[in-house]
Amino acid sequence: MTDLAHARAEDHAVPVPLTTRKDWSSDQEVRWCPGCGDYSILAAVQMLMPELGVRRESTVFLSGIGCAARFPYYMNTYGLHSIHGRAPAIATGLAATRPDLDVWVVTGDGDALSIGGNHLIHALRRNINITILLFNNQIYGLTKGQYSPTSEVHKVTKSTPFGSLEQPFNPMSLALGAEATFVARTHDMDRKHMMEVFRRAHAHQGASFVEIYQNCNVFNDGAFEAITGKDHRADMLIPLVQGEPIRFGAEGQHGVVMRTDGTVEIVDTATVGESALLVHDEHRDNPGLAFQLSHLAAGPTEPTPIGVFRDVDRPEYGTEMNRQVDHVIERRGTGDLRALLRSGSSWTVS
Amino acid sequence: MSDTSIDQHPSQLLDRVVIRFAGDSGDGMQLAGDRFTTSSAILGNDLATFPDFPAEIRAPAGTLAGVSAFQVHISDHNISTPGDAPNVLVAMNPAALRANLGTLPPGATIIVNVDAFEERNLAKAGYEVSPLGDGSLSAYTVYEVPMTSITTEVSKDAGVKPRDAERSKNFFALGLISWLYTRPVEATVSWINERYADKPLVREANQRALKAGFHFGETAELFESAYEVRPAELPPGEYVNITGNTATAWGLIAASVRSGLPLFLGTYPITPASDILHELSKHKEFGVRTFQAEDEIAGIGAALGASFGGALGVTTTSGPGVDLKAEMIGLAINLELPLLIVDVQRGGPSTGLPTKTEQADLLHAMYGRHGEAPLPIVAPKTPSHCFAATVEAVRLAVTYRTPVILLSDGYLANGTEPWRLPDVEDLPVIDPGFATSTNHVDREGHEVFWPYLRDEDTLARPWAPPGVAGLEHRIGGLEKEDGSGNVNYDGLNHERMTRLRAAKIAGIARDIPLTELDDPDGAADLLVIGWGSTYGAIAAGVQRTRARGHKVAQAHLTHLNPFPADLGDVLVRYRKVLVPEVNLGQLSRLLRAEYLVDAVSFTQVKGVPFRAAAMEAAILELINASGADAAAGEPPGPLPPTELADGLLPDHGKVSQR
Repeated sequence: MTDLAHARAEDHAVPVPLTTRKDWSSDQEVRWCPGCGDYSILAAVQMLMPELGVRRESTVFLSGIGCAARFPYYMNTYGLHSIHGRAPAIATGLAATRPDLDVWVVTGDGDALSIGGNHLIHALRRNINITILLFNNQIYGLTKGQYSPTSEVHKVTKSTPFGSLEQPFNPMSLALGAEATFVARTHDMDRKHMMEVFRRAHAHQGASFVEIYQNCNVFNDGAFEAITGKDHRADMLIPLVQGEPIRFGAEGQHGVVMRTDGTVEIVDTATVGESALLVHDEHRDNPGLAFQLSHLAAGPTEPTPIGVFRDVDRPEYGTEMNRQVDHVIERRGTGDLRALLRSGSSWTVS
Repeated sequence: MSDTSIDQHPSQLLDRVVIRFAGDSGDGMQLAGDRFTTSSAILGNDLATFPDFPAEIRAPAGTLAGVSAFQVHISDHNISTPGDAPNVLVAMNPAALRANLGTLPPGATIIVNVDAFEERNLAKAGYEVSPLGDGSLSAYTVYEVPMTSITTEVSKDAGVKPRDAERSKNFFALGLISWLYTRPVEATVSWINERYADKPLVREANQRALKAGFHFGETAELFESAYEVRPAELPPGEYVNITGNTATAWGLIAASVRSGLPLFLGTYPITPASDILHELSKHKEFGVRTFQAEDEIAGIGAALGASFGGALGVTTTSGPGVDLKAEMIGLAINLELPLLIVDVQRGGPSTGLPTKTEQADLLHAMYGRHGEAPLPIVAPKTPSHCFAATVEAVRLAVTYRTPVILLSDGYLANGTEPWRLPDVEDLPVIDPGFATSTNHVDREGHEVFWPYLRDEDTLARPWAPPGVAGLEHRIGGLEKEDGSGNVNYDGLNHERMTRLRAAKIAGIARDIPLTELDDPDGAADLLVIGWGSTYGAIAAGVQRTRARGHKVAQAHLTHLNPFPADLGDVLVRYRKVLVPEVNLGQLSRLLRAEYLVDAVSFTQVKGVPFRAAAMEAAILELINASGADAAAGEPPGPLPPTELADGLLPDHGKVSQR
């Protein structure tokens, strides 16, 4: 831990003051388009913060570029609105040197998966102690409507008038493939679910990755309507609940089973029997099954799992980095600059 | 090792000598040169070194592409360059001879490993007949020494396989040259003991080879006598021999200690900067955190994140990395946070010459970002000066809340010189001056924190790392309102902020030393002005022309942005201004643009430092062309024992007058 982190930790011997949502809202006017899904995500975060028992001064929101990236301006915490795609890299230096801070990274599908893809996967594999909220609206909003790396193939946009030719990323699969230790999905139409997933992500030690299906009502309206619309949710969202059989539908009439080849499929619960359903285990060390679940739906038009896909323990980078420093200091004593300069073969001229 | 004592045979005194060890990339020439340098440093010589190696780790053995060389200049007086031309070339194979022959002046000594001069190696080096037998080396004194066979022979009964034993031949060469120049080998013996403690056979073979080389010199009656280069009269103090990269790493640690800021290095490996990472990663006892990032951008990004958190954020790189970091540097300029970017320049563009030196990133450092994005630039002038220059760069970064670019280069990075260790207490104290309380009262009468309310004197904004209640604030790459730091798109505000950022950097001129000028009697008509690693060559060239009776002034810039406050006044005092640079004329452009002086550019970009002789020739050419010389017409005086005149080389670069 750095000196500054030590000092701040000592300052905080006093109890965390009680706060309300208002305390976490900055004085800046929110400037997203009316009706944007970002508003409900902002509300969910601002409402969650008082419940987390954390300090405003120890909380930092970082972002890159894009509509979502304006998020830090609206939080009454420390904040840094940086450049396109690089927030996970900046967060790495901050989180590693200041383990006393809560570091959140707010990003979008273009920011995290296109220009910033490299930083995202490396932050996940290193298990940097940050909470990443990826607002996925499957479109470029701030640049006014080009396809994104999560846009469905054949999508017609301003930059693809004859349809996009590209296979989209599946953010859950990508994060699992990058050795992420916490991987979850939620959506902007369910504040309670968002708050619960964010709470879990914040509690996780290491890198937490949360994909939020977020509606862009201007450039990609209704992209998730088929699964998040109030009337379809029960049949189209598959809640993942730790230790519970994976089932959905108003009466739990649908379920998920594993085939003999290791893939998963949706079945009628009644047909296979409840005991045949796959029991969700987010702590499973092998990410294979979580990966299968991430591929259950080809896109947000088919029944889609939401909730925590994976939550496993692995050493967190900053803690390990600081432990190494502490260990060397313990062994060698605190560095002596005079001795360092004489550590080679020195000679004296008199 | 009393059997290698050095006082038994007669020796001739020399004031200086330049030795070049050359061989295959795998022959251990850098190691031999480095050990020879260390012995000479301990003996008290002044010295300068120039490692010169290919970009390939192991080019095909025996080829010209694979030749690796180490040049060391040792002297009994103050010297500033690794020497123009070797007096002695040690050539471990035909390729090493062929690649280096062009640099040898007539009369030089060549010591070859004659065992390597067989048909295959000769062919690989492009020799149809052996140069040892065709008279082509008649201008030189050539010693043919069977280095490989003796080295193999002496380890025969030690249980070392001949193939392995042969690898110790660099130590044989080192032993031989140590005898020839009366260097003690005890330090190298201890070094071998320590270095190969867990490899007894390698240790034994190396020691035997070293001794064999030493004894060969003494007993083979090949050499007329040994030579001696007495200690130089250096100012009293404690010295170490140091490379620029190590000095930079130690400067960073010193700056961390003197500022109380924990050092965080975010970086990506790149030649020739990686050794700074290697060195820093060893010193965690200073709280140093090194982070090897996924790419150049993440390296500087993590460093900037650490700075935001109140650490000393640093990134190290070379030219291609600076290209990639440009956007993040712009962000740091806008955020007004301390950050140090160390650019160890190499030949460009693109991948260019990764292991060769150049100083062609100056204009990139000045202007290589979109928008009006000024930042301070500091350039060390010698390997050991990297230490002080790094501390200075950090001082500016922290005091003015700005990214700073330190322009080192490949020559400084790997070159060495003796460094008189500074007193730690004399190093500047750097005050981070973190914000601790609110600094403004808003219209409703609330105490608030304005992140862009500037210090009236320095124009620096407050640095408020997260963790202090009441100072929560948001900053970013969007233009900010003067004072409050809120996002602001207003044109008038943007103009004000743009000018404030520029004024902040320009104002640093009040806080840096005046121009470093060497004009002994103030009577010179010609000023030679440079920056960075050309210092040694310029100083040597100026000394030579002065020795010929000319009056020549030298100025050298450590601060490239802003320039020293008096630079304009200094420049106009001289009728002629010569600007030598290892680029195509970048400082000269800046001087012409800034001060409207008729600066004459003298440039070369050959991947190597200037030679003193080339510098002398360029200065004389300008003197003769312009008549700018108080001493014109006087006969040249005798040359003092400075950097000896090695003869004017035909390829001394280009003087161009725009």
